[in-house]
Amino acid sequence: MLLSVDALHIPDGFLSITVSLLAWVISIFMVGYALRIAGKGLDERQVPVMGILAAAIFAGQMINFAVAGGTSGHLMGSAIATILVGPWAAILIMTSVVSIQALIFQDGGLVVLGANIFNMAIVGVAVAHMVFTSIKRIAEDSRKGILLGGFGAGWISVLLVSISVALQVVVSGTSPARIAIPAMAGVHLLIGIGEGLITVGALAFLLSVRPDLIQPGRPRLDTSRSIWVLGFILTVVLILLAPLASTRPDGLEWVASQAGFIDKVRSPIYELVPDYLLPGVENESLATILAGALGVIIVFGLGFGIAFNRWKSQIEGK
Amino acid sequence: MHIHFIDPYQDGSSFLHQVDARVKLVLVLAFILITALVPPGSWMIFFLLWVITLSLEIQSGVGLGYFIKRSALVLPFILAAFPLMFTVAGDIIFRFTFVSWNIEASTAGLVRFTSIVLKSWISVQIGILLIATTPFPDILTAMRALRIPRLLVMILGLMWRYLFVLTDEAMRLLRARAARSGSTGNPDHPTGGTIRWRARTAGGMAGNLFLRSLERSERIHIAMLSRGYDGEIRSFPREKMRVFNWFILGLGMMVLLFVMVLSILMGA
Repeated sequence: MLLSVDALHIPDGFLSITVSLLAWVISIFMVGYALRIAGKGLDERQVPVMGILAAAIFAGQMINFAVAGGTSGHLMGSAIATILVGPWAAILIMTSVVSIQALIFQDGGLVVLGANIFNMAIVGVAVAHMVFTSIKRIAEDSRKGILLGGFGAGWISVLLVSISVALQVVVSGTSPARIAIPAMAGVHLLIGIGEGLITVGALAFLLSVRPDLIQPGRPRLDTSRSIWVLGFILTVVLILLAPLASTRPDGLEWVASQAGFIDKVRSPIYELVPDYLLPGVENESLATILAGALGVIIVFGLGFGIAFNRWKSQIEGK
Repeated sequence: MHIHFIDPYQDGSSFLHQVDARVKLVLVLAFILITALVPPGSWMIFFLLWVITLSLEIQSGVGLGYFIKRSALVLPFILAAFPLMFTVAGDIIFRFTFVSWNIEASTAGLVRFTSIVLKSWISVQIGILLIATTPFPDILTAMRALRIPRLLVMILGLMWRYLFVLTDEAMRLLRARAARSGSTGNPDHPTGGTIRWRARTAGGMAGNLFLRSLERSERIHIAMLSRGYDGEIRSFPREKMRVFNWFILGLGMMVLLFVMVLSILMGA
């Protein structure tokens, strides 16, 4: 119950190195930018707020409610964090949540952590911010508008995060497009409603006890319009890509084969390595066999040495 | 009931517990990276990686059951890779007809699927090994040593410190709801009215939790100020890396490099 695993945290092994590295580059850039803005704009008071709110989002993901037939709605948290502290601080909070989940609870991998940060902290927050501020402005900051904005932000952010996850898995060649994208989007179209409803419930509660936390006039870190634009672009691109990729997967699978360029880079390495390895041995295949045998002996020796030591000390301990 | 049992650190005095957190963090990341680079179907390499992981697990003295239980967490995501068995073109192992679809499983698809499952299962175990033998504050120090921005590490540190407090808080909220709504024990009959009502209650609980944590963060800030906080969290200077740790780092890197070269050679 505690360590709830949902399909939004990608484990190691499911993304190609190319996709993982690309996601790391984007995430490091965005989180670095958020850190600079947060470092400049905020007083030292914000550090405990972000740390404790990150812990609260983690704990809040435990809160669930039965929907129907044994399924339950629960919280991802990108939307509520964005609404409470603004997008830049929310990026840092969600980055912390996703990192702790990966590091400590193995909920999501470490090498693919960049991709998980991209999905939940950047796509999730940017989309939630765009949806919430747009609906709120159209509804002229009324109570209804805030609640509706919260619902939309929760629902759409979960849906688009799931599409982003599906696209990364498909481009990595670990799942076929025509199955992964409709399945992920379909399931999260429903799960997202749960997220939206909890977000509305939380906002309704906060509006009645501490309206100052949500109502306008409160100084926030969202001085920059760029995150709204980013959220808008991400929304349009993901919504357009999803049906396109699942009905006409050839294009995306072509990208997948191109993105698998590591496989192509590998062949020049094959040609280089044997010359440097075991230089005394002329025959290339003999060198390969020798290297292989040596490797097996070393690793086995290491493994069984350690295991034997352990076993011996246990016997002696008894 | 308290929740500190979610701290995965297992106290011990094994060799792995004594290695510097910086060394362990770097080696674990390198290990997972190299595992990700292994081409599908390199069973020998997967076996080697698994033997390394298994022997380290035995060495750690934590108990194999712990690793097996926790590594089962990756299982749900395996579903995502499952359809590969039927969509990758190759020699057909078996076929069956489902409604009006002709479903064919191929050898190439099976190889891809099994490789992905093995990679993710091995990677998750090495991650568990890191966190089971290293107290989290040491990992935070190691992150600073690896030049992860100070502000982010500070947030992670505070988050870790209050994770248990706030998880306890959330558990209290869940218990209070359970106590007030009377459960039938039958999942087909969820208690407490309409979906709208249930969602509102769950939302109220979440809002309550965020409000309590925001107010708590204000109190924590005041407590920090009264202890001389000026925007900088100070800690003991980092220990110098002992020769022993450099040796372990070198040895680990050599083994990993070897596995990588081997996987390239065998793939060719």
